[in-house]
Amino acid sequence: MDHFPTNWGNPRSEDVDNYNTYPVASHIAKVPHSVTQIAGYGHSNGHPTSHTQQPVVTGTSVLGLKFKGGVMMAADNLASYGSLARFRDVERLHQVTDFTVIGASGDISDFQYVKHLLDSQMIKEYNADDGHTLATHNIYEYLWRVMYNRRSKMNPLWNTFVLGGVHNGENFLGAIDLKGTPYQAPSIATGFGSHLAQPILRKEIESRGGEQNITEEQAIEILKKSMKVLFYRDARSMNKFQLAKITAEGVTISEPMSVETEWSFAEKIRGYGA
Amino acid sequence: MNSIYQAAIDHPVSVPIEHRFDPYVDNGGTLLSIAGEDFCVVAADTRQSEGYSINSRYVPKSVKLSDKTVISMGGCYADCLTLTKRIQQSMEWYHHAHGKTMSTAAVAQMLSIMLYQKRFFPFYSWCILGGLDEEGKGAVYTYDPVGSYERESCRCAGSASSLIQPFLDNQIMFKNQETLKKNLPLDHVLRITKDSFTSATERDIYTGDYLEIFVITKNGVEIQKMDLKKD
Repeated sequence: MDHFPTNWGNPRSEDVDNYNTYPVASHIAKVPHSVTQIAGYGHSNGHPTSHTQQPVVTGTSVLGLKFKGGVMMAADNLASYGSLARFRDVERLHQVTDFTVIGASGDISDFQYVKHLLDSQMIKEYNADDGHTLATHNIYEYLWRVMYNRRSKMNPLWNTFVLGGVHNGENFLGAIDLKGTPYQAPSIATGFGSHLAQPILRKEIESRGGEQNITEEQAIEILKKSMKVLFYRDARSMNKFQLAKITAEGVTISEPMSVETEWSFAEKIRGYGA
Repeated sequence: MNSIYQAAIDHPVSVPIEHRFDPYVDNGGTLLSIAGEDFCVVAADTRQSEGYSINSRYVPKSVKLSDKTVISMGGCYADCLTLTKRIQQSMEWYHHAHGKTMSTAAVAQMLSIMLYQKRFFPFYSWCILGGLDEEGKGAVYTYDPVGSYERESCRCAGSASSLIQPFLDNQIMFKNQETLKKNLPLDHVLRITKDSFTSATERDIYTGDYLEIFVITKNGVEIQKMDLKKD
């Protein structure tokens, strides 16, 4: 099945093997004749492998906020295929250990691969059976090295991960992006969230004199307010999201929820309601 | 006139557009180091930026390597942190092999070699190494991203380096003034450092939030933290 509309109506070209399914003997000198070929989609066997990618199925912002009892995170349940809202029940918050949650924005297939890597690490830890479990900052460092080494091979995992957790009474919240840049802060927001939600999160922290003065209920309200703003303004978002809470008691990832939105103003606008 | 354009129309040149992944990012920030008679000051702001956004207001750029050496790095934070880890690991191996801590001069040369080893995929990091030499005098070593290094008495690097370095040249090196050159005491150097950063914060968008100052003396390393404007 030929998924590429530009090929429809034309005889199939033997020069291009889009899925690298079979060795293709090339008799003529290969001059790239299309942008898709250069972008890495048109390779057949015998060509140098190109690593440079673009993300395909993607998740939008992930939010993280430290509060008095621990750390809270939020992410919607949408995985987009470009502008198509393709998968509407995706869980982008994933529990790693009893006290750590990872949230992913960016390419979902790369996130699935990272989930697999983390699960393997947890199995190794279980097998070691030495009484230790990986703390959030251990997983963070591991993840950072994975992301950095992939970018150094010019074949990145196209994600920005948010890692939140609690260890020995310390709350941890950090992010790592596709280039291997790690940073920790009292509030984290990836993607569009860094422009739309981060100012809200920072203002709330500042007005209370620090994240240690935010209660659990307040943290929920702050994240819901941010998710509402994101749904209004981020074209690749959805009004169905989950909240993850990590405290000394453990991890709870909520059922999907929505926020109330106000659209009645549209009735007054010519072309929409009027 | 017709012919040139006609030629272009008849033979259009099609250039393939390549979208490449850029592994580097500039996380901004400024650092400086001043060597005194028997002390060394290494200071850096703590803001980490990406484009017009602030990733975090507190991500330290300086790391204490030993009781007599502190390193500070600006540029691509991922590269800087990896390089710092490599230095720390090498220093640990050295200690196991030789039974003593690496001297500042030894770390300085090692860093140069480490940077040049990635000459064809460089660490995008502007390093300044500050510490005490084997005679107990203050030492500052400056680097470019591929390992060219030199010992100096004062240097600043990073996004606001062009704002601060001229000020340091005048106030620490006494350039372009007819004052008697003298060794500056620690409190004077600290005041110059703080003024440098508050001024840089005013005009450089990538500098601000907090300032961390590492003071290295024969008694060890002392860390001071102060606020900078957060806008």
